[in-house]
Amino acid sequence: MPILVPDINLRIIAPALIVTVTAIVVLLGELVTPAERKRWLGYLSIAGLVVAAFAAFSLWGANASGFSGMVVADNFGLFLTLTIALSAALSILLSIPFIHAHEIDQGEYYVLLLASVAGMIVMATATDLIVIFLGLELLSLPLYILAAFQREDTRSLEAGIKYFLLGAFSSAFFLYGIALVFGATGTTNLAKIAASLAQSAGSPMLSIGVGLLMVGFAFKVALVPFHWWTPDVYDGAPTTVTAFMSVAVKAAAFGAFFRTFQFALPALALDWRAVAAVLAVLTMTLGNVAALLQSNVKRMLAYSSIAHAGYILIALVAMSANGLSSALFYLLAYTVTNLGAFGAVIALSDGARERLEIKDFAGAAREHPLVALALTICLLSLAGFPPFAGFVGKFLIFGAAVETGWAWLAVIGVLNSLVSVYFYLRPVVQMYMSEPAEGWSGIRVAPLVALALLIAVISVIALGVFPAPAIALAAGGLIR
Amino acid sequence: MINYLWLVPALPLAGAAINAIFSRKMPRWLVSVLGVGSVGLSFLVALAEFFTVLGAGAQGVFNVSIYSWIPVGNFKIDVAFLLDPLSALMLLGVTGVGFLIHVYSTGYMAEDESYGRFFTYLNLFVFSMLILVLGSNYLLMYVGWALVGLCSYLLISFWFTRPAAAAAGKKAFITTRIGDFGFGLGVILIFVTFGSLNFADVFARAPQMFQLGAPIITTITLLLFAGAVGKSAQLPLYVWLPDAMEGPTPVSALIHAATMVTAGVYMVARSHVLFSLAPFSSEVVAVIGAVTALFAATIALTQMDLKRVLAYSTISQLGYMFLGVGVAAYGAGIFHLMTHAFFKALLFLAAGSVMHAMNGVIDMRQLGGLRSKMRWTYITFFAAALAISGFPLFSGFFSKDEILAQAFESGHIILWAIGLLTAGLTAFYIFRAFFLTFHTQARWTEDEGRKTESRHSPSSVVGHPSFHPHESPASMTVPLAILAVLAVVAGFVGMPSVMGPNFLEGFFAPVFGEAAAAIPAGTEWMLIGASVAVGLIGIGVAYWFYIASPEIPVNLAAQFKGIYTLLWNKYYVDEFYSAVFVEPGRRLAMFLWQVIDVQVIDGFANGLGRAMASFSGALRGWQTGYARAYALLMLVGTVIVIGWLMLR
Amino acid sequence: MLTVNHFILLSAILFCLGAVGVLIRRNPLVMFMSIELMLNAANLAFVAFSRYLNNLDGQIFVFLILTVAAAEVAVGLAIIVAMFRARENVDVDEVNELKG
Repeated sequence: MPILVPDINLRIIAPALIVTVTAIVVLLGELVTPAERKRWLGYLSIAGLVVAAFAAFSLWGANASGFSGMVVADNFGLFLTLTIALSAALSILLSIPFIHAHEIDQGEYYVLLLASVAGMIVMATATDLIVIFLGLELLSLPLYILAAFQREDTRSLEAGIKYFLLGAFSSAFFLYGIALVFGATGTTNLAKIAASLAQSAGSPMLSIGVGLLMVGFAFKVALVPFHWWTPDVYDGAPTTVTAFMSVAVKAAAFGAFFRTFQFALPALALDWRAVAAVLAVLTMTLGNVAALLQSNVKRMLAYSSIAHAGYILIALVAMSANGLSSALFYLLAYTVTNLGAFGAVIALSDGARERLEIKDFAGAAREHPLVALALTICLLSLAGFPPFAGFVGKFLIFGAAVETGWAWLAVIGVLNSLVSVYFYLRPVVQMYMSEPAEGWSGIRVAPLVALALLIAVISVIALGVFPAPAIALAAGGLIR
Repeated sequence: MINYLWLVPALPLAGAAINAIFSRKMPRWLVSVLGVGSVGLSFLVALAEFFTVLGAGAQGVFNVSIYSWIPVGNFKIDVAFLLDPLSALMLLGVTGVGFLIHVYSTGYMAEDESYGRFFTYLNLFVFSMLILVLGSNYLLMYVGWALVGLCSYLLISFWFTRPAAAAAGKKAFITTRIGDFGFGLGVILIFVTFGSLNFADVFARAPQMFQLGAPIITTITLLLFAGAVGKSAQLPLYVWLPDAMEGPTPVSALIHAATMVTAGVYMVARSHVLFSLAPFSSEVVAVIGAVTALFAATIALTQMDLKRVLAYSTISQLGYMFLGVGVAAYGAGIFHLMTHAFFKALLFLAAGSVMHAMNGVIDMRQLGGLRSKMRWTYITFFAAALAISGFPLFSGFFSKDEILAQAFESGHIILWAIGLLTAGLTAFYIFRAFFLTFHTQARWTEDEGRKTESRHSPSSVVGHPSFHPHESPASMTVPLAILAVLAVVAGFVGMPSVMGPNFLEGFFAPVFGEAAAAIPAGTEWMLIGASVAVGLIGIGVAYWFYIASPEIPVNLAAQFKGIYTLLWNKYYVDEFYSAVFVEPGRRLAMFLWQVIDVQVIDGFANGLGRAMASFSGALRGWQTGYARAYALLMLVGTVIVIGWLMLR
Repeated sequence: MLTVNHFILLSAILFCLGAVGVLIRRNPLVMFMSIELMLNAANLAFVAFSRYLNNLDGQIFVFLILTVAAAEVAVGLAIIVAMFRARENVDVDEVNELKG
């Protein structure tokens, strides 16, 4: 009996490896960095992310699989890897001044963030349920800590403990789902699951397993009715952490969600597509309607992120090549748009005193016209207003749904985006159509925040006006 | 020249972008040069494009693809412009009238502290409107459609410190979004049906794929028309337009009279292939148009605010245009769109000039006797009033007459009668406004001491105010004069066949096809005679009541009801109505305005908002903050998901 | 004779017990222990299936899951301790500042 040589191919996990190594270097660097130079750890982290992004670029089109089919470097995973790296880099740009102002500028912040990024990349490129689970945990555990990173603030701690308890709870469901799918099909490899299901009929055990998997993903991307943690955690967590997890977690988790359901479980599509369609309707509707009355921007954006998860789920229901590429494009568009919105909110804060109530934005347009313009553009893009990134994203997703015979779902999506305009415009109205509130004088926008905001807003406009290259990249991301 | 077509929208966009970022650091004259100059240059390019189309004759349809916008699989959407006689004429209107209104604004807004912001929005609006007009597919049209709505919202709420302006902006945005939803659904349905959104593809495939009256085409066209109803302020979604008068007057002239509100008419004309295949939808368009025309005209009779009279008049005239395109007289509808752009923009600008002189007062009960104070404003308003009344050989006469003639000829006798009646009412209310503003005895006192400062946010002065009215600066009167010339002569491009050659009909042939057989000369003269007679009667009655013998209505009123004599010396105009229309007529008009307009339709919009808010509140109630409650709800959700998957 | 069904039944019961524990206990430590019970129920299922399918993968997974669970304990306890320091009590139902 020959000895099996483990199938190790470090090249295809290079992006995740680079991020991990960067995290370790930053962790060690923290020991020797004096307090006033902590920002260099942030720059180092960004450098690591840039290198990881280059590694991902160099793998473009490789379509290589390794570790006995557990991890793959296909364009789908690489597109998500790039999106995640971009969101992490922009978040760190926002974080460097932010954590300094809030006196939580410890190197561990960046280490945890990078560790979470590594988990996300693993999750987005995994082709085995167990590896997806590992990625899921690796991305979640650091985020639990990051949510509670403002240790002196009871709200931050509350966010951490709620996120942790509910997250661990949902992980248990997810894991049990894997166990049941393993029992029903004899494998956890996505391709083998698909092959096995193509030959045999489903069983009740498999149905339960698939349901539990869906619950696990639904929790991570915040689908109704598994979204309950989202508003509270997003509200309590440090704003930069909220910004990061609202976009990056979605990219990673949706990546694994699509891979699992569209490629491993097409045999059961008749069943789960209907469930997913209902979840999409619930998610869009609840997210948008509940956001209408929010007075706090972070909570409003939390509900908005729930709604956006609903839109993206439509692409999964469509279960087509266009659906997949539209979801990728949407995730990228949502990433830059939402980070731009959070960036503007951070830019308007006064040192450690944040302006999070919508009424606090009164008159911002007069004091900070460019920041107000940036926030307006991002909010309009979130609302799906042309000609910004969000509009093209929605158009692609609704188009994919219509193409595959789910026009009614697209109609509900359009109706929802119509409702969403009202709450997205509330901060805009405050900024432009109110007399300035107290305390605007002397606020300067940190250069790094301005840089992040500039990158985000240019991307929002570019993805809306010239989306063709990004669409081509997303369409190249198809897996077999 | 076609290669430079992109410059037409690009110039105003550049103007908007530069002003948006730098206007705070630039001197005012530079802001003006950028704002006005960009639209002016855009107009020159548009003019050149217009002559290109004119020169190409029957081949005058150009599709200019700028770049590939959203390519997905075998389906792609380009940023592409369609230049044909229809869009070329619209281009001229948007940039030309837009340019004049920009010039006017440099005078009108001179004192405003947000001068740069105003020109930014105004340029952005012109850009958006040009995208709407030029787009060669429904998606690009939707982009323009949404953007003009946004600009309209920004400009209505321009003086946001006044709660009424902020509320009006919000109302406009919400109401038109309801229509936009219909439009969006229509676009989706077009995509589903034809697999393309390009005008060329859709219009080529539609007649091949579907019979006349196919249900799917009817549905599409009704959905599209829903968008037009919202955007063009037709029944029942017109309520936002009168409130939109809270915006600066140049905005009312540009957006809420000459351009944006006509987008619905343009869209129907652009989609004429689809509407021709859907007789039911066309019928709906015509009926809603005619009913709106009459309805809004009756409301205009009761209004005392000069700008509100003009707003209801705009709704009414838009109704005419829809009547035109509804009876398949697409060329006539667009013709009236054009002449209306001239004379209604002129009316608004003249009203703005009055506000400028009277320190923001716009209530006709406090005006009167201004003709000697503001010569240019007076003359130009008079020309526009004659044009809208359909006075022979003025522009409105030709365009209105063509719509009515086509309605009559296509067998819509009742709609024709409604249109004719409306024409009479129109002549009456516009001359009522004219006489009350410029003639009659002044209901204000001359204040010799000081020159009134020019303010335009409507101020309500109680009692008998004193002013020193003055003619507006040249930057305002010159655009008035140019528009007045256009309002007088523009009609000659579309003369009825009995009077001369109809240039417009031939010009539009590449878009709408060859014109139908000419109407018999006898019928034609009869129709012309009827419209002229009705218009003259309206003017004459107004003259008789307000100028010739103001005591007649008083005597009449005294005979009918003694109580009027007690009231008449306060605001004799009000009592005069009661005498003429007697109680039932007045009540009906007031009922239409106060009950239907203010309560039913507004109430519905507000009720919808309240319902959503309470729904939202209920959902928030579920978000209790208890981690264990969340865990329980998640578990319930899990059980439901698993149960469903297992039972299927 | 014990079949795979018995083990799966046991694991399902353990899983449900864990889930109920999360719902009815208010001490985050005990809630977290209940979650651990759910994870171990999954482990038991993996081992049972592994044996039944003659596929060693399932047993390997258990090691991975144990490692993850240990990391989760570390993170969880840290957050709970921080909470305790800040509030001097650890009743989850009183952690209720964020809502609506």
